[in-house]
Amino acid sequence: MPPAAQPVSLFALYKLCFIVGLCSFGGGLTAWFHREVVHVRGWLTDDEFFSGYALAQILPGVNSTNMAVYIGQHLRGAVGATVALIGLLTGPFAVVLAAASAYHQLIALPGFPAIMGGVAAAAVGMMFRLGMTSARGAYRHIPSMIVLMATFLAIGVMQWPLLPVVAVLTPLSIAAAWPRKPTTERHDDA
Amino acid sequence: MRDDPLIQLIIVIAPLSLLAIGGASSIYAPLQQQTVDVYQWVSGREYLELFAIARVTPGPGSMLTTLIGWKVAGFVGALVATLALYIPCSVLCFGAARTWNRYRGTKWHTAIEDGLRPIGAGLMIAGGVMILRLEDTGWLGWAVAFAIVAVMTWRPAAHPMLLLAVGASIFLAVRAVIG
Repeated sequence: MPPAAQPVSLFALYKLCFIVGLCSFGGGLTAWFHREVVHVRGWLTDDEFFSGYALAQILPGVNSTNMAVYIGQHLRGAVGATVALIGLLTGPFAVVLAAASAYHQLIALPGFPAIMGGVAAAAVGMMFRLGMTSARGAYRHIPSMIVLMATFLAIGVMQWPLLPVVAVLTPLSIAAAWPRKPTTERHDDA
Repeated sequence: MRDDPLIQLIIVIAPLSLLAIGGASSIYAPLQQQTVDVYQWVSGREYLELFAIARVTPGPGSMLTTLIGWKVAGFVGALVATLALYIPCSVLCFGAARTWNRYRGTKWHTAIEDGLRPIGAGLMIAGGVMILRLEDTGWLGWAVAFAIVAVMTWRPAAHPMLLLAVGASIFLAVRAVIG
């Protein structure tokens, strides 16, 4: 899909990142970003989103802000990346300072820890569902499915360190993907 | 100049930005060492308290550095600590994203994107498992996560805010009954 004909407005980008940032507990922004950016607004394709997600995970730094920088850069370059980053951080910055000022009152509220735990678990459910949706696309291509399962097992179940796992799987996955999508540059017939 | 607390914040935090490989959880140990043992900005007990606050508020758990900046030098300290943590890795990510997007449409770019996609999806599911493990909410956390998967399968257009409210309600109800 080509980029949107109308450039995405900086205010719309800021607003989305602000809301997602403010509502993210326990790291659940990814599924929400995907819904808004890919399905609701059509700013990125599915492929662009997931490859950006992998990039955001592999690069050092905070993964959620890396993802916002990736989306912002893709849509509006340097200004977009800055706006997305600031949008994502404004809400949490204000809330965390307010919470620190009122910590002892807050922790004494009945039900507060339960609400936080429930929100985090729901966010995880959203991530599972998104990962599974992506896996369904991979059924059509067996190597993709194997790479997906291997990544999940190595990181999620075995808890092996990210970098060596990705360093081994990425070249294999790219090699397996090489002949798949024909482009105008291709001369050989698969 | 090295005695200026704001400069000290930058010296401690900015390198951590680029050391956070595989997520912010890798910076907690070095951050604790620097802020509690070396600079003695906060006591060990305060550090854990700030950690808990950052965990229960929205946004990245690494907002912990914001709170440490706030303890050291008030609002300006909070601002400086936040920028010190997020600017270096964001600049790196920006450079990578720009390079990446510049070559869109070439054959190797398409292959790399196709190759990265299942890795991204696998990391996403693994990331969910890691959050549940960290939150330590036991069977209830898993039950709510899978209930949300079921709801999203049944109603793909359900709003995320509604799903989060469903999760919070189930937790409240179960905790009220079982304790």
